[in-house]
Amino acid sequence: MTDRTTETTPLTAEAVESALTGYLTEKIKTGIKADDDIFASGLVSSMFAMQLVVHLESTYDLAIIGPELKLDNFRTARAMAALVLRLTEDGVAADA
Amino acid sequence: MSTDPSDHRLAVVGGGVMGTNIAALAIGHGVPVVLVDVSEELLAQAEETIAFKLRHAQLMGRLPADRTPAKLLTSLSTADTADATTVIEAVTEIADTKAEVIGEVSRIVRPGTLLISNTSCIPIDELASAAARAEELVGVHFMNPAYMITMVEVIRGPRTSDATMTAVNHLLETLGRTGLVVNDAPGFVINQLLHPLINSAARLVQDGVAPVEVVDGLLEGCLGHATGPLRTADLIGLDNLVDSLNVLYERTGDTACRPCDHLLDLVDAGKFGRKTGEGFYDYRKLAS
Ligand SMILES: NC(=O)c1ccc[n+]([C@@H]2O[C@H](COP(=O)([O-])OP(=O)(O)OC[C@H]3O[C@@H](n4cnc5c(N)ncnc54)[C@H](O)[C@@H]3O)[C@@H](O)[C@H]2O)c1
Repeated sequence: MTDRTTETTPLTAEAVESALTGYLTEKIKTGIKADDDIFASGLVSSMFAMQLVVHLESTYDLAIIGPELKLDNFRTARAMAALVLRLTEDGVAADA
Repeated sequence: MSTDPSDHRLAVVGGGVMGTNIAALAIGHGVPVVLVDVSEELLAQAEETIAFKLRHAQLMGRLPADRTPAKLLTSLSTADTADATTVIEAVTEIADTKAEVIGEVSRIVRPGTLLISNTSCIPIDELASAAARAEELVGVHFMNPAYMITMVEVIRGPRTSDATMTAVNHLLETLGRTGLVVNDAPGFVINQLLHPLINSAARLVQDGVAPVEVVDGLLEGCLGHATGPLRTADLIGLDNLVDSLNVLYERTGDTACRPCDHLLDLVDAGKFGRKTGEGFYDYRKLAS
């Protein structure tokens, strides 16, 4: 029997948030908290916003389109985590 | 021409950094585009880039909500510009290449078709001499990224007609851009100021006066520049920057415009900036 628990573990806001703060801290080379607005603080340019879109789409197997493709969804790790959860069925990644 | 997007059909020749910027801007404003470049591979890459830039424009809230994005067609032949109401050339910053494209396109399109050069530095009147009807050519220096920056520099050549100026105003309004008009000169206003500044910034790094981050940090932090000169250079493309500096140096003799060795070395090493992933900065590792 194969253990599939890792594949079916539901995504939680906390887990996504902490993965994203880690990603941001590594990319921006500055400690980032879950509710820091990375665009307001001038830490990154608008080009980085698209890097975040691509990162979320590939990491969580999502398509971010239509009205969800707006900067407010990417300002903080918390907002991005909420977006990921909204776009994944029942909080489970689409490919699980 | 009017300011109704359905009255406009744009042809863009050259699908590099600026051709894809301008195409994304137009499509996002409901103006259909035919994009011409020299190989299928470049066209396929340009199509992908335009889709990416359209998403970026949407993400940043830079597209009018009330317009459906228009169609993009690609082509290897300038013959497909025949039906356009405006042709924008955005080919490499080499005077002979541009003259050839402008000469060819101006003989394909109907008289009265708006002809725009997006040249960074080549005087419009020099290019107008290659056109079938010199009065139909005007310079529009779109900024990079064209869909993010609403202001453009419009260059009226000595032979540019009033009708051409009216037509370009209509096009810019349709695209949600505002133009400031300047007279013809090498590099016009922006690049006669910006390019020697970037070159000097690169020379300061070359001479060990300060590293890249410090030069940019000072201009951003002390002078309030939104983006430092070296980060700007990486966005422009260092290959294009060297071509532009050569155009300026050849036409003005100003030694501040002779590309410095550090810039030439980066280009020789294939480090063109953002478009290759590395220039003054390494974009593969950092948030940018
Ligand atoms: N990069 C910038 O930030 C910037 C800003 C404003 C203006 N410009 C100007 O815009 C123009 C284009 O610059 P870029 O940065 O996009 O350069 P680029 O090198 O990225 O793209 C140039 C494109 O033109 C194509 N091309 C060359 N000869 C052609 C021909 N005969 N027919 C069709 N296509 C041809 C090339 O294949 C290439 O895809 C230049 O005049 C440049 O000075 C650049």
